[in-house]
Amino acid sequence: MQIGPPQLARVGRWVMIEFRNTSKSYDDGTLAVSELNLTAASHEITVLVGSSGCGKTTMLRMVNRLVTPTSGQVLIDDVDVADRHPVELRRSIGYVMQNSGLLPHRTTVDNIATVPVLRGTPVREARKRALELMETVGLDRSMARRYPWQLSGGQQQRVGVARGLAADPNILLMDEPFGAVDPIVRADLQRELLRLQAELGKTILFVTHDIAEAITLGDKIVILAKGGRIAQQGSPAEIMAEPKDEFVTSFLGLDGGRSLHVDGDLVVDPSGRPVGRLA
Amino acid sequence: MLDNGGTIADATWAHLLLALPAIVISFVVAVPVAWVASRFRRSRFSLLLLAGLIYAIPSLPLFIILPLVLGTSVRSIVNVIAALGLYGVALMVRYAADALDAVSGDTVLAATAMGYGPWRRFFGVQLPLAGPALLAGLRVVAVSTVSLVPVSALLGVNSLGLLFTDGFQRGIFAEVLAGIVATVVVAVVVDLALVMLGRLLMPWEIPRVRRDGRRDAEVETVAPS
Repeated sequence: MQIGPPQLARVGRWVMIEFRNTSKSYDDGTLAVSELNLTAASHEITVLVGSSGCGKTTMLRMVNRLVTPTSGQVLIDDVDVADRHPVELRRSIGYVMQNSGLLPHRTTVDNIATVPVLRGTPVREARKRALELMETVGLDRSMARRYPWQLSGGQQQRVGVARGLAADPNILLMDEPFGAVDPIVRADLQRELLRLQAELGKTILFVTHDIAEAITLGDKIVILAKGGRIAQQGSPAEIMAEPKDEFVTSFLGLDGGRSLHVDGDLVVDPSGRPVGRLA
Repeated sequence: MLDNGGTIADATWAHLLLALPAIVISFVVAVPVAWVASRFRRSRFSLLLLAGLIYAIPSLPLFIILPLVLGTSVRSIVNVIAALGLYGVALMVRYAADALDAVSGDTVLAATAMGYGPWRRFFGVQLPLAGPALLAGLRVVAVSTVSLVPVSALLGVNSLGLLFTDGFQRGIFAEVLAGIVATVVVAVVVDLALVMLGRLLMPWEIPRVRRDGRRDAEVETVAPS
């Protein structure tokens, strides 16, 4: 099935995330992010990709104030998040993390209903909506009363995505959400996310260390080097066609024996094996 | 012994009236103290040391010193409950601090990211997840409290302990034995009641993960309908 870009016409609002000269250093002197200037466009998937220690998770967490920048700003639609109440802010932003981060003492349906209940939706109503969301993310309703440990890794991640969407946020932050599942399930989850995104048109900031995943999902890819420096940003096609420097080239695997090239909308390696797909 | 059923029942009731409030106090006071110890790492050492020292106070002197502080009489049940509660808190603080420390940081982070405020996160996430370990600690405290109550009989406060003192003084072996058996029965019943309460309050029972990282096979197949 061909998956096109999100249908934006019917989505009137614009929801943009912007980092302005944003830096974060820790007490021990580590500079996680330095002078970051970056925009995540409305209703698009922006993928932050880089190896561990490049500050990508820190960047994500600055958006919902889990991490406070040392200097600079993070803005959502031109409003500095520092001016918003952190708890209210977080309830308005979907957050999906690795290993799902589900509450182990709550059933599937209650996990999904978490944020609406926090926002004051009556529990019955929130559960009803949660059941609908289970279908949206491809979970059988028979899972509704199971606890997280009774679900497979892939199912847990689906619950995590459903929970992130439950309060119908405009923004979804996804921190390596598919990092802990096997490749087949991961490909499945990636397809589902693209299908959902075509329907919902959220502004998604997605963190991964997997370049193939970035190419598959990203409308825009931001390749990060150590210290949160942007090595290159652009659409997957732009980056694949013109890697800016050696770092990007090696990150893409374009150097040496494992060079990738684009064939139609597929990214294939020299043996013709597809490793990704241009969204 | 059957003729004395009424006396034993009265003493059991009096025993529970001393032990149960002390157990409740232990839990209610120890959890906030443990929260402080768990939240502010620097306070942890001194708080746990203080708890250890309190626990080391011999019980009879404590029963006699406390009234001076509380302004109650030595034989008041308030005095006895306060002393038992103090030992319970001292014992429970360490269990509770360990229980709170053991809650997964990732889960707490996830709760924060969902938009839990600090209070709601504590009562809705941290406390329930620490629940099984808190319960394990509380069971020890409960049994220890029930078996500490008889000491108060030396002050003349009514409990199953009076069966010991009275039995010793009058040389009635059956009375001493009845006191011992009844105390053990009370301890076991209180313990079982706590286990039941735990099942009721914590229905999610997460299976222990085996060393190889897999769950117990029998548990794996169980799924609530």
